[in-house]
Amino acid sequence: MMGIVLVSIYIFVLTVFIGFEVITKVPPLLHTPLMSGSNAISGITLVGALLSTGVGNNQLAVILGVVAVVFATINVVGGFLVTDRMLEMFKNKDSK
Amino acid sequence: MVTITNLVYLLSAILFILGLKKLGSPKTARRGNSLAMLAMLLAVAVTLFDQKILDFSYIIVGLLIGSAIGVIIAKKIQMTEMPQMVALFNGLGGGASTLVASSEYFHGAAPEVSVLATIGLSIFIGTLTFTGSLIAFAKLQGIMKGAPITFAGQRFFNAVLVLGSIALGALFCMDPSNVTMVMGILALAAILGITSTIPIGGADMPVVISLLNSYSGLAAAATGFVISNNILIIAGALVGASGLILTNIMCVAMNRSLANVLFGAVGSDGGAAAGADGEKKTVTRYTAEDAVVMLDNAQSVIIIPGYGLAVAQAQHVLREMSELLESRGLNVRYAIHPVAGRMPGHMNVLLAEANVPYEKLVEMETINDDFQNTDVVMVIGANDVINPVARTKKDSALFGMPILNADQARSVMIVKRSLSVGFAGEDNPLFYDDKTMMLFGDAKKMVTDIVQVLKG
Repeated sequence: MMGIVLVSIYIFVLTVFIGFEVITKVPPLLHTPLMSGSNAISGITLVGALLSTGVGNNQLAVILGVVAVVFATINVVGGFLVTDRMLEMFKNKDSK
Repeated sequence: MVTITNLVYLLSAILFILGLKKLGSPKTARRGNSLAMLAMLLAVAVTLFDQKILDFSYIIVGLLIGSAIGVIIAKKIQMTEMPQMVALFNGLGGGASTLVASSEYFHGAAPEVSVLATIGLSIFIGTLTFTGSLIAFAKLQGIMKGAPITFAGQRFFNAVLVLGSIALGALFCMDPSNVTMVMGILALAAILGITSTIPIGGADMPVVISLLNSYSGLAAAATGFVISNNILIIAGALVGASGLILTNIMCVAMNRSLANVLFGAVGSDGGAAAGADGEKKTVTRYTAEDAVVMLDNAQSVIIIPGYGLAVAQAQHVLREMSELLESRGLNVRYAIHPVAGRMPGHMNVLLAEANVPYEKLVEMETINDDFQNTDVVMVIGANDVINPVARTKKDSALFGMPILNADQARSVMIVKRSLSVGFAGEDNPLFYDDKTMMLFGDAKKMVTDIVQVLKG
């Protein structure tokens, strides 16, 4: 079992490095969309929430799961849509 | 099926990374966001095929409610309100992580110590993010005052909360059946989220939102450890890294350490009267007509927008003004300080909304050497980011902060309501400089007047 956690730690640490590399290149111009977009990505907890809700062998666990699904879905749907709305506004001279 | 699920998760992880990569340029950013959306859709869809899921009714209800609320918020939100929206969404993400970890606990699958530890960690980070974000939201939305709230022994109290949570976590790992420990961690983290956010002043909010953004990612990653799910770990780690980078950029732009922002309790609600330091300084009032005369003789203009511009909703009329100036052959650009606005990059979004082409929005490092060859600098609703005191006065809160070199231009126009100090509480000598023209009044009204004169 410790083995799985260890692999998870490997994945986590290596991904943080990828994150640093990729995100350092995002210019200040786009920092707000970056933040709202990455915010939507953090709604990935939705995947966990779906599993918690669907397994359904414990009433309390299911209730907690449903609330988690609602929270995470707001986070995901709202986050991606508002980011798209913002990025649509960024135009250069030619496309005006 | 497990293999297929994990392969789809891998594909989803790749798409998340490519999506973030494409966010690096305004030309590809929108496609990048779409890729991230696709990644999320894939991850959610393949999860729904999981054989452990027996009942879909609650899931569908939850997804429908969440989507409806999300769509409404995304459509209705004003661009000036982005910071509080991001704060709120950070909180929801953190809250969801806590709920999933708690739910896993109540499923009670006799977990190992390593899993118990991650449950504790996930509940701790998730709850801290949740309450901290709600406080940040309340401050940004104006429900709470922006001024720092402090009490004696605050740092010590917070340290006790952290240590207490660790102790409870250790006890929980030894005796998993004890629900009190879980509730204890939850309660301590909830209080810590509040007590660590209330001492942070309004001007430091960009740092806090960035940091909470990072936490919300870490909370998702911690939940990934709980349920051994790689896509949660990967997506969470990416967001955690992103939030940390933005936090660091904001700190550098304000010349503050993270510790100083978190514990320094610097700042007020802003707008306090200028420090009465005895000496009487005089400024001359100018009008919109004077401003146009000066602009008529200029060839290059740099506009420095600050948050006061957004508060006055003057972005649109400002764009109209710069187009009028351009039609007269002037070179007009905007200089954007990294902390202009209420969150990283906020000013760019506000100006993009007003249809200012993004080539005209220039970063501080790129434009700072151009000020000396510029005829007119027009400062609208900004103060601390052009205060030359940051270069000279060693005992000032602003000392060392990178500023825009507005004072090096041939002449300076400042549109401002009064001579009041900025968030840092420091008087600005540039207001009293001979080459400075003070245009007192509301940003929107003043720029509208200038537009009228230009047209007339």
